[in-house]
Amino acid sequence: MKSKLNLDFAAVEKARQAARAIAEDTQRFILQHTSVTIERTCARLLGIDGVDAYEVPLPNLIVDSIKNAGGLGLGLSVYLGNAMLQTGKTPQQIAEAVAAGKLDITKLKMADLFEIRAKIDGIARQTTARIKANRQQREQYLGRFGDKQGPYIYVIVATGNIYEDIIQAKAAAAQGADVIAVIRTTGQSLLDFVPFGATTEGFGGTYATQENFRLMRTALDEASEKHGRYIRLCNYCSGLCMPEIAAMGALERLDMMLNDALYGILFRDINMQRTMIDQYFSRMINGFAGVIINTGEDNYLTTADAVEEAHTVLASQFINEQFALLSGVPEEQQGLGHAFEITPDLKNGFLYELAQAQMAREIFPKAPLKYMPPTKFKTGNIFRGHIQDALFNMVTIMTGQKVHLLGMLTEAIHTPLMSDRALSIENARYIFNTMADLGDEIEFKNDGIMANRANQVLREAAAMLETIRRDGLFKTLEMGRFAGVKRPLTGGKGLDGVATKQDSYFNPFIELMQQGGKA
Amino acid sequence: MSSGLYSTKARDFCQNLDLTKVKPYGDTMNDGKVQLSFTLPIADDERAIEAARQLGIKMGLSDVLVAHHEALDKEFTFFVVYGNMTHTVDVTTIKVSTIDSQVLDMHGVDDFIKQNIGRKLVVVGASTGTDAHTVGIDAIMNMKGYAGHYGLERYEMIEAYNLGSQVANEEFVKKAAELKADVLLVSQTVTQKDVHVSNLVELVELLEASRLRDKVILVAGGPRINNELAKELGYDAGFGPGKFAEHVASFFIEEFVRRHKK
Repeated sequence: MKSKLNLDFAAVEKARQAARAIAEDTQRFILQHTSVTIERTCARLLGIDGVDAYEVPLPNLIVDSIKNAGGLGLGLSVYLGNAMLQTGKTPQQIAEAVAAGKLDITKLKMADLFEIRAKIDGIARQTTARIKANRQQREQYLGRFGDKQGPYIYVIVATGNIYEDIIQAKAAAAQGADVIAVIRTTGQSLLDFVPFGATTEGFGGTYATQENFRLMRTALDEASEKHGRYIRLCNYCSGLCMPEIAAMGALERLDMMLNDALYGILFRDINMQRTMIDQYFSRMINGFAGVIINTGEDNYLTTADAVEEAHTVLASQFINEQFALLSGVPEEQQGLGHAFEITPDLKNGFLYELAQAQMAREIFPKAPLKYMPPTKFKTGNIFRGHIQDALFNMVTIMTGQKVHLLGMLTEAIHTPLMSDRALSIENARYIFNTMADLGDEIEFKNDGIMANRANQVLREAAAMLETIRRDGLFKTLEMGRFAGVKRPLTGGKGLDGVATKQDSYFNPFIELMQQGGKA
Repeated sequence: MSSGLYSTKARDFCQNLDLTKVKPYGDTMNDGKVQLSFTLPIADDERAIEAARQLGIKMGLSDVLVAHHEALDKEFTFFVVYGNMTHTVDVTTIKVSTIDSQVLDMHGVDDFIKQNIGRKLVVVGASTGTDAHTVGIDAIMNMKGYAGHYGLERYEMIEAYNLGSQVANEEFVKKAAELKADVLLVSQTVTQKDVHVSNLVELVELLEASRLRDKVILVAGGPRINNELAKELGYDAGFGPGKFAEHVASFFIEEFVRRHKK
């Protein structure tokens, strides 16, 4: 592809190599560790579900029993496989016995590790087969209806009540939405467990639970049949339960999931060691399930300046790309994030946005880039807001962004009303249609404002990546180089849920999923 | 059809401004023009249009014009409606709570503190409760500020601590005591089901229980906060959209001096 911006691709290659080195350096640390949520994920994928009388999830109870006995570093699979051999019970029966205080799986005589592995592996293969079947079903739908050409129109529902969300989601699908994201209730990212069952109470969003996923997936499958388009479902892995929620998404055929440890570190004060470890397994599950991940770079610009800090977005995209590849997420499933957040008061601000979006497109040609709408400079003036969104829509269609998070004219006022969504979808469809091929007709001036802007951002990102390679990713986060937020290595939430793997540790899913999820 | 752009009907209402009877202005004094949009949970048909018109009348509109109607789904219809407001308000009798402090800029605030207080003021801010949004507290506190208005961290005479988001009220109170805060800033962005109100009230209760309430100037801020609401909830002031660090600082320096004169 010829660059419209005269981009310096030697600098791109150098930046990519630096990002690779950064990711590999961190990966060495990641591979030596496990966490409570990783082990709970194994519990879930091995068939343990449900809650006790106090609504504590059984995966938490069984993993806590291991952690309290000092056995987290050995992993759930060893203890569970052994308990199956010793008691002849299923994983669910074992978890129920542990919950009832009738069984301590850390005190059983240890069987031969080879037999334990074989026992666990049998169940693990059943689960990965189920996830593969989900993937095939998605591919069948896409084969039948064809996939959407051009940007996916992505809208959110956020009523707090899954049944009300379904009404809103169906209406949005009827209006032309391609992706429905169910926003999570505020604070869920900080819960070190995943709530259970259908929920009707949430603030600013709805709990991510496996049952809520299932209900929404069923509703969207109905909508897909009705409209003859496959409607994708999106939810959020970020937080203290990254791999658990990824697993639930894989089991219930979600299509897209927010998955970004850096986001959790910077914006939710989650401990960096914990969440980087969690992210690896979480992305591996997403990759295997054919889920498009979305990364959270766009958020940097909600706290830092969108002009001065644009290079931090690009640097982070490079790093996220490498972490995704190391987890088995191919480029085609990497929804790297960026945003339209330059102040409307800046002269030629639109040119900068257009240049940066085109730059991202050229640097990550296969990635379904996730583009976030203006939010920071939405004021409550809905009329101006609608125009800001129109400009944002124009950048998307001119530069081939793929996951287009629709801006709402009522941003900064309330979570979207049904009519807000309809007006915003109408706005986007109008612009996507009337300007469909404009991008192909345009080349930018060789030494113009836009080409210079893109190359400047690229140079700064490459320089930043060199510094990070020198200092290490953790040190960089401690120094506050992303989003202007400083986080200590041992601060934040969740570090006590991390353990160093022992020699006989094993996670059956990492081995199975490394082979890839394509049929 | 109703009056409006193409109306040739003579205007038979008084066109002088009367502050005891103020109504909306479209293009002629006292025409009462309002525009509104809403969705009804019924199918888009003639009956729905009439339902929208009747709702307009019940809202106190005359000459209701349903300018646009459109199905959002099988059982939902969106309307854009215009009408002439029949109600009026008497502006001369309205009393509102406003913050009367004179607004100084950053250097003005620093100078004021040097001259009248003589030491740095300790300001601790957070987005409390389950609220994950930092955009409000960052706009007021971060060095960079917002839209060209520097945040409190840049003020020479202010020691600013931004605790970020999702800070539990208990934690916030603990930190306030530890840092010997003079001023507490609380940001609330998520307002669904009035979660911000219960959270703001809980903080006041905790401060009272730990006998800190009188020792601090307590300020709330957020897109749905105003001074009236904040005072009602037991705060010293509330700041809504369009207010920057200097507005907040100008308020608390004056309030600090006022309290310590007594």
